[in-house]
Amino acid sequence: MRVVYFAWVRERVGVEEEDVDLPADVATAGDLVDWLRTRSPNHAFALEEPRAIRVAVDRVHAQPDAPLAGAREVALFPPMTGG
Amino acid sequence: MTAVAAVTPSIRVGPEPVDVAGEQAAACAGRSDIGAVVAFTGLCRDEGGQLAALELEHYPGMAEAEIGRIADEAVTRWPLLGLRVVHRSGRVLPGETIVLVVAASAHRAAAFEAAAFLMDFLKTRAPFWKKEHRADGSAGGWVAAKDEDDAATERWAR
Repeated sequence: MRVVYFAWVRERVGVEEEDVDLPADVATAGDLVDWLRTRSPNHAFALEEPRAIRVAVDRVHAQPDAPLAGAREVALFPPMTGG
Repeated sequence: MTAVAAVTPSIRVGPEPVDVAGEQAAACAGRSDIGAVVAFTGLCRDEGGQLAALELEHYPGMAEAEIGRIADEAVTRWPLLGLRVVHRSGRVLPGETIVLVVAASAHRAAAFEAAAFLMDFLKTRAPFWKKEHRADGSAGGWVAAKDEDDAATERWAR
């Protein structure tokens, strides 16, 4: 599965995107954020406040309990500031 | 009552300057049933001379899709005869247009309300982020999301 990052989340993680193999116990968007935080100090810094992180699964907004089964691309980003 | 044929919204995201007059003309081209056009333009402020530019980052693919979902919702809520949304990406200078919503309808209420609805949802749902470039050359920060934008969006709940 591909994980992509935007705005300050991208800057803190240090990469725009990465391909990951999910452990079996990572089933939801919230699980993914928790698991990614363990991957490196940069990930931990970027995702230190899970409530400040928005998630999109296959380019549709998702809540933390959204299942990841079958997802190809999950995006993590801060609250949006367009318009 | 005659059913109003649903219009197909025009959605565009890109770095090109926004042609406000051209978009409004396109929304009305070839029609004589439109009685009201509301064009909302969101501009880049210079923040009292402190801002040199805004860098608009977006999620390619999702940005267009999410604006499309918001526009489709507006078309189901109001009897629109035209709907166009243009959003800049990349570097935007003070005075330039960041976003344009053009809503056309037979009467003004639908056009006003649809444009306001589009903007409230764009602000809180469309995947764009703004980074500041300061006039003094120092590094600017990312613009923070505003609680009042979320509150503005909630008023459309039904």
